[in-house]
Amino acid sequence: MEWAFFIISIIPDLIKGLLTTLEISVTSFIMGLALAVMLAPARIFAPRPISLIARGYIELLRGTPLLVQLLLIYFGLPSVGIKLDAYTACILAIGLNSAAYQAEILRGAMKSIPETQFLAAESLGMSTAQAYRYVVLPQALRVAIPALVNEFVTLIKESSLASVIGVVELTRRGEYLVAYTFRALEVYVAVALIYFVVCALASQATRILEKKLMIPGYERGVT
Amino acid sequence: MTPRVLVVEGLKAGYGDRVVLRGVSLSVKRGEKVVIMGPSGSGKSTLLKCIVRLVEPWAGRIVLDGEEVTSNSADLRRIRAKTGFVFQQYNLFPHMTVLRNLTLPLEVVKKLPKKEAERKALKLLRMLGLEEFAHKYPLQLSGGQQQRVAIARALAMDPVLLLLDEPTSALDPELRYEVLETLFEIARQGRSMLIVTHELDFAEAAADRLILLDNGVVIEEGDPWEMIHNPRTERTKRFLVKIMRKSISA
Ligand SMILES: Nc1ncnc2c1ncn2[C@@H]1O[C@H](COP(=O)(O)OP(=O)(O)O)[C@@H](O)[C@H]1O
Ligand SMILES: [Mg+2]
Repeated sequence: MEWAFFIISIIPDLIKGLLTTLEISVTSFIMGLALAVMLAPARIFAPRPISLIARGYIELLRGTPLLVQLLLIYFGLPSVGIKLDAYTACILAIGLNSAAYQAEILRGAMKSIPETQFLAAESLGMSTAQAYRYVVLPQALRVAIPALVNEFVTLIKESSLASVIGVVELTRRGEYLVAYTFRALEVYVAVALIYFVVCALASQATRILEKKLMIPGYERGVT
Repeated sequence: MTPRVLVVEGLKAGYGDRVVLRGVSLSVKRGEKVVIMGPSGSGKSTLLKCIVRLVEPWAGRIVLDGEEVTSNSADLRRIRAKTGFVFQQYNLFPHMTVLRNLTLPLEVVKKLPKKEAERKALKLLRMLGLEEFAHKYPLQLSGGQQQRVAIARALAMDPVLLLLDEPTSALDPELRYEVLETLFEIARQGRSMLIVTHELDFAEAAADRLILLDNGVVIEEGDPWEMIHNPRTERTKRFLVKIMRKSISA
């Protein structure tokens, strides 16, 4: 029974860490989405040099470990005169990394939107950018909801890497608690449980978002 | 201004190394209603799309409302904004209300203020008897209603020429009627129309001219009633019989 009391006693401390974890996750997810919304069409519609840059960015960030990217931004950039605090560095690293994954999710979703939607927009005199912004993107984002929520859940878990450069989020809080209580088992079980509950709740958002944003009439299954 | 709203001369087009149009010439006078018929795969959709360069022509000349569409410096967005294109599958934007489907192009292409765009869109929906659907979404409507909305969306741009690609052929027979009625109404208002359709009723009663396309060339052209009732060539006769049989069995 004693261990249960112990876990309860450390919960408030861990919740503080959780808030930082959520701050980092939400901010970097939004940053990633904002970039992805530009990267995905750049890869598909932009003229060759730009689409190659977008593609290179995506492959580079997906092809190297997030931890290395984080260390590069935090410890590497100062030597070219860019010095960021740990909190900013980790949001930047995770955001830039997530942008690549979200761009690929969005690109896949865009492919599922019938070509005829684009054709209809063009036939009305819309530019490619307008067709993307008003016609393709809003539909693609709806299609992408499950994959984007999944990416957000992944990101919550990956944000624990921030502890490596000293950001006091959930995992780092746990490390502190272990350092002065020496009860690694209970502390890390509690930390894991909190991640689990938060991720499970976030996954639930899929259904709610999908229902809320569903195109009226779509349930009839007409295309 | 030329009395002809559309002139197509020697149009060739295709996809990859597949030739579809092998030199098509035709014209539409202002206010004229021209029907195109032809077997499936003869290049009817390709022809309509070439006119606003949704498909790139390989050769030939297209002049629309005095503007050379095929010129390298053609302002395609302006040319498309002054034509209306109606697709076989309606192609409405499913994530927007019917009203928004009409106002979006008015706002972002024609740069009308929101209020004015709405006034104009509602007026048009009222005219076509679609007012009650203004705040519904396309997928909540029947196919016939969706196609009428698509026609309204095209008309909202005040097109100098309305291009319609088999507007009734995706519909069940009982739904075709309401779309045909809408088409008759628009034809009556004197709008220039180039319409691909196999609806003989429409061709006979509303069209000024009928063009038969086969294998990428115009094989016959003339007065719709004459062509349908006294076809000059065996080929035309065979083709018309085929259509009639289809429209009876449909
Ligand atoms: N996007 C495309 N890519 C390749 N081939 C096409 C494409 N669209 C049409 N075609 C081909 O071109 C031919 C003419 O098509 P289309 O103009 O749609 O004919 P129609 O409208 O008279 O049935 C057909 O054989 C069709 O398979
Ligand atoms: Mg066709």
